[in-house]
Amino acid sequence: MPKRPDINKVMVIGSGPIVIGQAAEFDYAGTQACASLREEGVSVVLVNSNPATIMTDPETADAVYIEPLTLPFLEQVIAKERPDGLLPSLGGQTGLNLAYQLAEAGILEKYDVELLGTPLDSIKKAEDRDLFKEMMKSIGQPVPESVVCENVEQARKFRDEIGYPLIIRPAYTLGGTGGGIAWNDEHLEQFVKSGLERSLIHQILLERYLNGWKEVEYEVMRDGNDTAITICNMENFDPMGVHTGDSIVVAPSQTLSDKEYQMLRTASLNIIRALGIEGGCNVQLSLDPNSSRYFVIEVNPRVSRSSALASKATGYPIARVSSKIAIGFNLDEIQNAVTKKTLACFEPALDYIVCKIPRWPFDKFGTSDRRVTTQMKATGEVMAIDRSFEGALMKALRSLEVGVTGLRAKGMSALTEMELEQKLRVPTDERLFVIFEALRRGLMVEEVFQITRIDRWFLRRIAKIVELEGRLRGKTIESLTPELLTQAREMGFHDAHIAELTGLDELEIRARRKGFGLVPAYKMVDTCAGEFEAATPYYYSCFERESE
Amino acid sequence: MNTMQARLILIDGTVYEGNSVGFAGTSSGEVVFNTSMTGYQEILTDPSYAGQLVALTYPLIGNYGVSARDVESSGPKVAGFIVREMSETPSNYASQGSGDDYLTENQIVGIQGIDVRALVLKLRDAGVMLGMITTQHDAPTGLQILKNLPEYDAGTYAREVSTQTAYFWADNARSETIPPRSAKPRVVVLDYGTKYNILRELLERGLEVVVLPCGATKDEIAAHKPDGIMLANGPGDPRSLEAEVEVIRQLMSENPKQPMFGICLGHQLLGRALGGETYKLKFGHRGANHPVKDLTTGKVHITSQNHGYALQADSLPQGVEVTHVNLNDNTVEGLRHLERPVFSVQYHPEASPGPKDNAYLFDRFAELVKAGK
Repeated sequence: MPKRPDINKVMVIGSGPIVIGQAAEFDYAGTQACASLREEGVSVVLVNSNPATIMTDPETADAVYIEPLTLPFLEQVIAKERPDGLLPSLGGQTGLNLAYQLAEAGILEKYDVELLGTPLDSIKKAEDRDLFKEMMKSIGQPVPESVVCENVEQARKFRDEIGYPLIIRPAYTLGGTGGGIAWNDEHLEQFVKSGLERSLIHQILLERYLNGWKEVEYEVMRDGNDTAITICNMENFDPMGVHTGDSIVVAPSQTLSDKEYQMLRTASLNIIRALGIEGGCNVQLSLDPNSSRYFVIEVNPRVSRSSALASKATGYPIARVSSKIAIGFNLDEIQNAVTKKTLACFEPALDYIVCKIPRWPFDKFGTSDRRVTTQMKATGEVMAIDRSFEGALMKALRSLEVGVTGLRAKGMSALTEMELEQKLRVPTDERLFVIFEALRRGLMVEEVFQITRIDRWFLRRIAKIVELEGRLRGKTIESLTPELLTQAREMGFHDAHIAELTGLDELEIRARRKGFGLVPAYKMVDTCAGEFEAATPYYYSCFERESE
Repeated sequence: MNTMQARLILIDGTVYEGNSVGFAGTSSGEVVFNTSMTGYQEILTDPSYAGQLVALTYPLIGNYGVSARDVESSGPKVAGFIVREMSETPSNYASQGSGDDYLTENQIVGIQGIDVRALVLKLRDAGVMLGMITTQHDAPTGLQILKNLPEYDAGTYAREVSTQTAYFWADNARSETIPPRSAKPRVVVLDYGTKYNILRELLERGLEVVVLPCGATKDEIAAHKPDGIMLANGPGDPRSLEAEVEVIRQLMSENPKQPMFGICLGHQLLGRALGGETYKLKFGHRGANHPVKDLTTGKVHITSQNHGYALQADSLPQGVEVTHVNLNDNTVEGLRHLERPVFSVQYHPEASPGPKDNAYLFDRFAELVKAGK
């Protein structure tokens, strides 16, 4: 179906201030959506309380309201502008909650405003834990044993049945605010109380904690014709228990076989169909590392932080396509914005690996608790693309601007063995550096795995970096052979890093490397692994033979 | 790491220097690329890749190892394997070994450490061409050998990879004894290079599965009294299999009510048997992300594909309808006969690797078979 003729003016709700758990990803999505709608001749009314956003630039929308994101203000804007539709899925949880409240309060009906893309019913089903469980059951999708609690007594009763560890998730919050993992009664009381306080509807979900299970996400998309596709899947470096926003994430998944990949893909597509979403949706799943058992953990019926990552990781503009679907287009009527020849109806093929590392504010808040759990603490993230995992990881580390050239961080070598093991056991912002230090001191991958439950595949890659560092240490300029420098550069070792290890001058290393003709190549992110020509691609550097 | 040097030589003179992976030696074939991000073992063992050196665009291969669970035939069938990096340290509960060892044990010559994306862009722009992976020959010698090889299109690979004797597919394994018919409907699969998952999908739908060699005559087929015929996938140019096309023609004329389902090469052979023409695509469709529109429902499905030839839409006679098209290039992806229970698709509804979205086609075939019994 082409664009709906009855939708000429659309209201977009922004996500308000940047807070911990929600960075600028919704500004990115919202700005893209506004452009996408206006491209089709739809007039856009934007409401956001945050002036430091691109979306509130006068040229982004047809009318911009910088007003508090509350029902009375939103109602006034609706009364004045009389939009035909409201696109609720682009302003993160804030936008979705407000849309939900506007609908529940009868305001949308009063002014004849249609909720576009995400039906009210699916917002409810995705957010209300009972409804969610019920729906998953009805379509044969497994969810972990859990109970909805509105008080501490109910939580205690569930504990008696299931035992520890348990995970506490508040309903309707940003970035899992107020939740956590309870290993004992003290934790349980604390997290249940804080979770209930933070939840918009005074509800928490208490659930069996899947200790050591893999966490995998799928970004999926569906149109009004029931065509559903996967944009990207992502695998968390950290097993279950660390909020995705606080986990190192790779795209695509690295340790899943095709059978596992397809099993979770099919599950995600069944879920977006059952929810009836027209647009993008994020599905989080947990996979047993020792069998093909899995559970559905959570569904975000909206553009999320992960969608921003997935968009940049694949070149597929999720917010842009979601907006077009919301006003009536089908996936096979939307152009692939990168190739300009093929359509938005396909699944991106990556020929590189993407690594995201969260950026935490602990350097600013010296006294805060550095543990990362189910409540997101990161305030931003960096993403890097390369042809190897090591390359992408090292590039991302340097992008963090925390003063490291590689995996070696200050203070690690002074840790005692007991401190080191403790730091391995409890995930913090420093854990990646701790793993490196542990392997550097000679701990076996298997030992680190037993403590962290991080997949051996990732740990062995870090062990490879440790091994190469060892080989580079103390090398003279003459002994830096082309083979060694090639290997180092392919694994993401920057000249400054090699200088640090050898004590040589960075510029001297650079000159030698260039003398061997070892210079970076630039490859395209083109959504299709080179199968089609790209008209508007973007580029990443890598140590390959040919630049494009 | 295997540090033996290897080179990939293309017939246009391009040479890529890399390292050997798997078996050391020399192997030539048509160089093609596949954009699937998972499923390397299914690709290695897919008989449709016979005679081809397969390059995978995803740079990290072998991450989850290899497993007896993931084979699509008796063993690897590719002529050679081209990857950016083969993981030395696979990690997955189902893994029984590394990709490198698997290739070595099965004597598959491979190369890693080359700029695969550069190779892909070359094939995309110039079309697929003959090439050689070698740990033995220098570039001029290799090129000379390549120039004396016959064109890929001239090969009859389907006859080579097909089973040479009839077998029964029971408990998801090959059984040499074919039992007498039971109450269940029986399907004969003509093996042009079938993937096991086609057999698994048929079995799962309560059908008895008899697999016959590529060259089976109509009488040999009829002797099994099939309730349906499955024309399987396989390698090579459909024009090189005129005898097989003739058998399909005979089967259709002798029993117009016989349900028939073709996949990939089986689809092309069916199209030719119906009077259609086939042609070679520039660089084929190989991957797990191809959008195909079902023209009867208007719905789009993501499909798994592996083919270098296609049916020409305007060559199909009256009474045969194009049912599916590829949204990327509008090529024919499916057809059906308007008066007979005969249909086929160019893509792989059996997936493995790739999306499972098209298994409904096996349901459709099973219904036809059961209805006709």
